[in-house]
Amino acid sequence: MKSLTALATLAALGLASAASADIKIGATMSETGPAAFLGDPEAKTLKMLVEKLNAAGGINGEQIELVLYDDGGDPNKARTFATRLVEDDEVKAIIGGTTTGTTMSIIPVAEDSEVPFISLAGAVEIIEPVKEWTFKTPHTDRMACEKIFEDMKARGISKIGMISGTDGFGASMRKQCLGVVGNYGIEILADESYGPTDADMTPQLTNIKNTAGIQAVLNPGFGQGPSIVTRNFQQLAVGLPLYQSHGVASKSFIDLAGAEAAEGVHLPGAALLVADLLPADDPQKPVVEAYTAEYTAKYNEAVSTFGGHAYDAFQILMQAIERAGSDDPSAIRDEIEKTTGYVGTGGVVNMTPEDHLGLDLTAFRMLEIKDGTWTLVE
Amino acid sequence: MVTKRVTLLILAILVIASPFFFPSSFYYRIGSLIFVNGLAVTGLVILIGYAGQISLGHAGFAGIGGYSCALLPAHLGLHPGIAAIVGAILSGAIAWLVGRPILRLKGHYLAIATLGFGILVSMVLANEAWLTKGPDGIEVPDLGLKDVLELVGLDLSNSQFWYWFSGIAFVIGAWVALNLYDSPSGRALRALHGSEIAARTVGIDVARLKLQAFVISAVYASLAGSLLALQNKFITPDVAGFMHSIEWVTMAVLGGAGSVLGAFFGAAILTTLPQVLTVFQEYEQILLGLVMMLCMIFMRDGLLPSVLRLIRGKDK
Amino acid sequence: MAELMQFVLSGLTVGAVYALVALGFTIIYNASDVVNFAQGEFVMLGGMITVFANMAGLPIPLAALTAIVVTAVAGVALNKLAIEPARGAPVVSLIIITIGASIFMRGLAQVVFDKQLHRFPAFTGDTPIMIMGATILPQALWVLFGALVVFAGLWAFFTRTLTGKAVLATSNNRLAAQLVGINTNWVMTMSFALSAGIGALAGVLVTPITNTSYDVGIALALKGFAAAMLGGMGNPIGALVGGLLLGLIEALTAGYISSVYKDAAAFVVILLVLFFMPRGIFGKSSTDRV
Repeated sequence: MKSLTALATLAALGLASAASADIKIGATMSETGPAAFLGDPEAKTLKMLVEKLNAAGGINGEQIELVLYDDGGDPNKARTFATRLVEDDEVKAIIGGTTTGTTMSIIPVAEDSEVPFISLAGAVEIIEPVKEWTFKTPHTDRMACEKIFEDMKARGISKIGMISGTDGFGASMRKQCLGVVGNYGIEILADESYGPTDADMTPQLTNIKNTAGIQAVLNPGFGQGPSIVTRNFQQLAVGLPLYQSHGVASKSFIDLAGAEAAEGVHLPGAALLVADLLPADDPQKPVVEAYTAEYTAKYNEAVSTFGGHAYDAFQILMQAIERAGSDDPSAIRDEIEKTTGYVGTGGVVNMTPEDHLGLDLTAFRMLEIKDGTWTLVE
Repeated sequence: MVTKRVTLLILAILVIASPFFFPSSFYYRIGSLIFVNGLAVTGLVILIGYAGQISLGHAGFAGIGGYSCALLPAHLGLHPGIAAIVGAILSGAIAWLVGRPILRLKGHYLAIATLGFGILVSMVLANEAWLTKGPDGIEVPDLGLKDVLELVGLDLSNSQFWYWFSGIAFVIGAWVALNLYDSPSGRALRALHGSEIAARTVGIDVARLKLQAFVISAVYASLAGSLLALQNKFITPDVAGFMHSIEWVTMAVLGGAGSVLGAFFGAAILTTLPQVLTVFQEYEQILLGLVMMLCMIFMRDGLLPSVLRLIRGKDK
Repeated sequence: MAELMQFVLSGLTVGAVYALVALGFTIIYNASDVVNFAQGEFVMLGGMITVFANMAGLPIPLAALTAIVVTAVAGVALNKLAIEPARGAPVVSLIIITIGASIFMRGLAQVVFDKQLHRFPAFTGDTPIMIMGATILPQALWVLFGALVVFAGLWAFFTRTLTGKAVLATSNNRLAAQLVGINTNWVMTMSFALSAGIGALAGVLVTPITNTSYDVGIALALKGFAAAMLGGMGNPIGALVGGLLLGLIEALTAGYISSVYKDAAAFVVILLVLFFMPRGIFGKSSTDRV
């Protein structure tokens, strides 16, 4: 069934491009490979948005053609596809780079060929130092660390243990957390790690548990790791507050970890995860509710913040094209940089020539899992 | 067999003539990737095709070569080109050290040992973040040769420059491998491939020869890794990953592990295939797996030997 | 003490997973000398089919049974369509064929199922069992138990039954086996069905611990392969001991030395063992024929 609809989409896309394709947008994402659960919702979101926009008459009277490649999370492939997008498909802008590794290898292509590029990866290195043609939509991992440490500090926690994944996400966030932890007067007494495909983290957690004075545990990681850490945490009856990161980004985490084990887990998350809990006057509420409804109706699966990053990137790009009134890459770039007050799934975006992300800490909400669902921490 | 001179001629013509058929400058990128892979696969031809040994860990040497180009200029101030050569020497030395015990193993045991070696390298690259900047990768400095060429009036685009640079590197690599094939060592190696015991009984120092082939192929892989890093100006531990090793072995066997020309065709097909398969979107992986299986089942000796046999008639 | 015990229990949990995967390698290797790199995909299929059959309304035991049967059929298909036609090809080609098969199955799974992580509840709850101040999950005991049963079954199969001996004979010398009246085609079919079935069973047992997704196969195949090699390929006791040993090495390294290098420690031990025992711990020495 799923493959049938996929074929239909493929045919529809093919037809659309044959009819009148005026503005070409490129994307290279990790639809397969170790980062597939990020890249998959990203790609699905882009396809959905392009289809919808074209059905509504396109932008500036022109249709959008999406050229989408799957780099499998391999930076070398990402670089090749980026080159292909620029030199062969001659796209006007690129969205993508699901992981930091793929993003970093796309950047030289975008910068050399002067094509605006909006990345969907987390690391702060992507936009620091600022690169002329490179932007990104997800919160940086440093922001996640800051949000978590802020919360810990407010709760009077000053000594913590950390267990991070050795994949790109976990390693990068670990580095950022170590970098800013001092600003909050918090000490990391135990620093453990686990591999992205590990099945049991009880030895590492035992070491953390046996370290005297630890008041809370932080787990920077994504994929299956955090759910196993959460289960092992309960198994060992560690009995301390457990902080997960923004890498835990969809409802499926609670199912994977089990509601019982996930009870009381804290994490910084985007408004998207708690669309239904937002107060009615929250500016993000209509946006995240609309996206959630659309995505779940079309794909019959829960939204994740990763798909939200793609949503934001696409909207920012489209608004820039609209404002630019042309598909000239350099005009588009200038308009992306002028994005102000864009309300997206990740927060309110205000870009400047010095800030190619445009989000601040308010974009994150502190969440806590209670009775098998998210709740907002005030 | 296609003779040495004919092989080199074919390869040189392919390198020089192909750009005339490129619809866009993107194809220079694909071309240069084919040459980079071709270089590594030529090394594997020496190991698998000549000496009959298997390795599922050669991407580890590519990792060493690639990271040399990133780290040596940053920490020791070496020119990236020199760094590539130092990396190749380092790879050769490491291959010599681990090769001695590893090459005593046979078949699947050799496969797991080399696989383990490759995984160890990629693990060190990913985990020693203080040195390598971790799993997200590290930037590689510019080789600087393109700017020199610009000064003498040769203004090439990035893709074009790397096409010609890797093309020349590949043809030189092929020339060295072909000379080795005809040398006494090469003949002894091939005897080893036929039967190790028979080779030993006629007085061939089997262990030394296997080690030689291993070291040479490691140097090839290391240089390929350096070329890739310099070209991308960025490298991640993925370059040393298991799937990268497998990709190269598949290229070698697919083309026909016994010949340099086969190595080129194997590299060309498997480098181009993912670009062609993008039309099939989510069915890409299924088709890739299918092609790998079908080729190995129906063209057991590899593509090139099978095709040659077809051309020459079935009597061979 | 409680600390050491926890590391050991963790090692046994993970080791039992590796052992189950390694045991799956054993039969196919014994029957055909092929190391099946697609073995991990059988484990994936076991987990994923159970998850999706369960979502479609089947209760877990029935879903698991469906998964095992479907996977066994997939194993037979792999043999008939890819391994049999390539009989006599060199080791490298066979490795590539099974890797191709693994990419194929993974590609198929991502289209037929999805790319998300899944899990179903543990068979007998998540309440940890205390042993000497350390804890183990009931599901881990299920995996250990599964590994022991499969091991005992295989051991009895290869040493006590005529069919099992026929499998060994086929591997040793196919032609001679045919001459003494063994239906070698049937032996091959059965071996692949059994291997795939054991792989699927492993998938069913470990999913509540490890989660499953379309791409869990590669990592499991690598670790299972390493475990089988460590113990000595083709020997059920080698697979069992190799798997448990690998799990223990990883857990103890993570606990006492560094969690960053626990996988590295495992491979270093494998390399060392192979240097001194080139055919693994329980491998038989053999002489080459000229």
